[in-house]
Amino acid sequence: MKRKLLSLLTAIFCVISCFSLASCGEKEKSQVYFLNFKPESASVYEKLAKEYEEETGIKVKVVTAAANNYEQTLKSEIAKNDAPTIFQVNGPIGYNSWKNYCLDIKDSRLYSFLSDKDLAITEGDGVYAIPYVVEGYGIIYNDAIMKKYFALPDKKSNLTDAKEIDSFESLKTVVEDMTAKKEQLGIKGVFASTSLSSGEDWRWQTHLLNVPLYYEILEKGKKPDATLSLLDANEIEFKYADKFSGIFDLYTNNSTTAKTLLGSKSVADSMAEFALGEAAMVQNGNWAWSQIAGVKGNTVKESDIKMLPIYMGIEGEKGQGICIGTENYFAINKNADEASQKASLDFLEWLFSSKTGKKYVTEYLGFITPFNTFTESELPNDPLAKEIAAYMNNDSIKNIPWAFSAFPSENFKKDVGSALLDYVQGAKKWDEVKKTVSDSWKRERG
Amino acid sequence: MKEKALNRLLFIILLFMALVFIFPVFIVLINSFKIRFSIASNPFEFPNADTFTGLENYTEGIKNTGFFSAFGWSLFITVFSVAAIVIFTSMTAWYITRVKGFFNNLLYYALVFSMIVPFQMVMFTMSKTANVLGLDNPIGIILIYLGFGAGLSVFMFSGFIKTVPLGIEEAATIDGCNTFQVFWKVVFPILKPTAITVAILNTMWIWNDYLLPYLVIGNDYKTIPIAVQYLKGGYGSVDMGALMAMLVLSIIPVVIFYLLSQKYIIKGVASGAVKG
Amino acid sequence: MRNPAKRYFFIFVLPTLLAFLIAFVIPFILGFFLSFTEFTTVNDATFVGFSNYIKAFSDDNSFLNALWFTVSFAITSVISINVIAFLLALMLTRTVPATKFFRTIFFMPNLIGGIVLGYIWQVIINGVLYRFNYSITSSATFGFWGLVILMNWQMIGYMMIIYIAGIQNIPTDIIEASKVDGAGTFTTLRKVIIPSVMPSITICLFLTITNSFKLFDSNLSLTAGAPGNKTQMVALDIYNTFYSRTGFEGVGQAKAVIFFIIVAIIALAQLKFTRGREVEH
Repeated sequence: MKRKLLSLLTAIFCVISCFSLASCGEKEKSQVYFLNFKPESASVYEKLAKEYEEETGIKVKVVTAAANNYEQTLKSEIAKNDAPTIFQVNGPIGYNSWKNYCLDIKDSRLYSFLSDKDLAITEGDGVYAIPYVVEGYGIIYNDAIMKKYFALPDKKSNLTDAKEIDSFESLKTVVEDMTAKKEQLGIKGVFASTSLSSGEDWRWQTHLLNVPLYYEILEKGKKPDATLSLLDANEIEFKYADKFSGIFDLYTNNSTTAKTLLGSKSVADSMAEFALGEAAMVQNGNWAWSQIAGVKGNTVKESDIKMLPIYMGIEGEKGQGICIGTENYFAINKNADEASQKASLDFLEWLFSSKTGKKYVTEYLGFITPFNTFTESELPNDPLAKEIAAYMNNDSIKNIPWAFSAFPSENFKKDVGSALLDYVQGAKKWDEVKKTVSDSWKRERG
Repeated sequence: MKEKALNRLLFIILLFMALVFIFPVFIVLINSFKIRFSIASNPFEFPNADTFTGLENYTEGIKNTGFFSAFGWSLFITVFSVAAIVIFTSMTAWYITRVKGFFNNLLYYALVFSMIVPFQMVMFTMSKTANVLGLDNPIGIILIYLGFGAGLSVFMFSGFIKTVPLGIEEAATIDGCNTFQVFWKVVFPILKPTAITVAILNTMWIWNDYLLPYLVIGNDYKTIPIAVQYLKGGYGSVDMGALMAMLVLSIIPVVIFYLLSQKYIIKGVASGAVKG
Repeated sequence: MRNPAKRYFFIFVLPTLLAFLIAFVIPFILGFFLSFTEFTTVNDATFVGFSNYIKAFSDDNSFLNALWFTVSFAITSVISINVIAFLLALMLTRTVPATKFFRTIFFMPNLIGGIVLGYIWQVIINGVLYRFNYSITSSATFGFWGLVILMNWQMIGYMMIIYIAGIQNIPTDIIEASKVDGAGTFTTLRKVIIPSVMPSITICLFLTITNSFKLFDSNLSLTAGAPGNKTQMVALDIYNTFYSRTGFEGVGQAKAVIFFIIVAIIALAQLKFTRGREVEH
């Protein structure tokens, strides 16, 4: 009895200590650990990693952070022994938080692939993070419903096609008239739910807010580039707050969903409403294609999915395009051992230059990349990516950059999101929202 | 007569309360068979021809969360942690109750003290320590649970040991048993009811624990609570249908465990509290 | 006389001691130390004195809000849980049919974990509010009562079992004697039953108070603090300060120390208070 128990105890202890030693031993080998930012692409990356392992024998560990949890996950993971070797920063602000972990990759092939070297995040001579996808967002609309509206004999708008909408005024007229005729059009509302539940409000506190702050800094900024000027701004006035509330009210007043319910809606809910034909418009970007396509009972036709710029009625918005940019930059962990760093770069270079890798990028991930390894014909084939490409190649319009990568912190965005929720629920006046935006900016930058 | 009428009234009240208690689980169950978009707006409706999806939510949820692997890890961690806690803390409790001394007293009070410390106080430093020592795996976490569960368990064991007369142990010693034998042959059988209580309280805690396993091993090994929480944002969208199905699947093992051992659970909870 | 057991220290105490040191003692001391520093990982900590403690209150009022919310939540649920659980216990110690069945039902929710509980109640509460065009995130009041209901559902059965054990421990002749003396039901309850179950009350109050204060999982899954952090309890506030704000790790740790001190004081005060009354009778 005594012997048995004693040996059991020693056995347990041995197992525990062996295991910890074993896991220490493993660290000698090079390894690739990719902490993925895009939850919607999680399954693609896993497949991709498997294929890469079959092809090269090198294991790639993919961990995907839950939506809006990337910073949190990165923070707890990077402190570990087996830290991620490939992680991502969301622009200059993200780089500032993680610069102690970013390896200089100016000599990598990945950097040489980059068509426009200015896009990389640099400091001094070093290149520390490289963008891997260019994305765009605007107001996605279902042209079938729009055509139905423009065919109505008693429509108030004098336009004949959605593409003719070129200002906030014309958008507003169409939208409000559509709401008045929503039974005829067979929709629940013009706009899909303005999702404001926690973690689901980035389309407003980040993407929509980008537009007025871009125009504001364009007038006041000292640097040639809006994002860089915004990065220097210790304070903002939120000069176009009223324009912001104009479009925001338009979204919520002509929505499929009552204002009081918006706090429980998610992005997926609103994409589903759009896919099922319950809404004619939704503000989102080309990454949403997989969500639209994935909804069961989907009624919207691929050829009917188009995108409009976000017009707010700010002076000089004639000829404005959609918002195009990136918040997705790869960085390599400086603290990883050299073999792992090299293996990580090898993996990324394979992804963006080999035949198999590129197939995954265009077909399954649906990325428009900034790399010269992709030819004109190697573009994703979905309708939204095509819209983005069309806007990018149209020289007669002015697309808006993603200046929001210079927003002071995640907390700032959170503050704005909850102020917007309070506003739609009637707990805050618009003036208070305006004050929250400028106060929180000042505090978070300071 | 008055007594009888009162009892009947009480019975009706209790029956009503019981329905209220079962209702939420029942709602989740019926919603797990509905399509995801008819859940949020109308959870109190039975599935009908339009909204019924059969087992699709279950297959989808199991696939997305890797439910069976989560179940396996939950089971593995719970069973071995509870076993380790019962074996080691009963020995520790007996030793520090019987062998007095400054150090043993200090250890006892430190253990009791740890019971009231909120987890947030140590969440970061503990997960960091676990990582540095290579304990961030399903086996290492057993050691963490032993350390974390030690407070309550030692407290309960020593509460009981204090009531066990020394005479029995002394008699066994005279019969030629060494200390180790005395404990396992004589003392532990007496401790059995407390051991069951300790096992049950720790099972309830570890099986349902979220933050500790999430911080220590969460990205590599998902337990059931982690898998359920990950459904919310881990796949780019919240699939309410799959969520409902996963809630049902995570409740089923608990209910089975409960129905099988409810006699012990209820007794254990009651006696655990009286001793405390 | 030398105790022969002493030689067995290494087998009997060492495993627990080692685990306890690793999982609790070292992290606790380290955590206390880190609350006076600025750090991102443990290795790069620089001493900053009390500035984290000042920032915990001055940077924004999320911590004070969370403290206030937690205190009101704790008071409401501690009272409601204990009153309802005690009433149920009284009913179930009478000769009502199917008491075992009822006990089984009432206790069951306690075995369901916090994350799962939160989602269950989110569906139910949103389903009800949806008819009035509201959701649980429409206002902090909904979130507050949602959490109270959830906590009641989870804890009532547990506390009920403890009260039942307490009531069953009262010798029947004491109750009989009080009835013979002509005391009414209410007087018997007040003069005989409640004083005799004081030990149960002590433990139930202890468990409900500490559990209400430390609530995290259900808070995360039911409301996640929405709207606008107004339903964020202290544990969640600390977690969010720590992990979602770069540069605020030290502040999160300082909040945790304050939280620990508050919980310790309340728990000890409560034990002292009710234990004192136990002796009296």
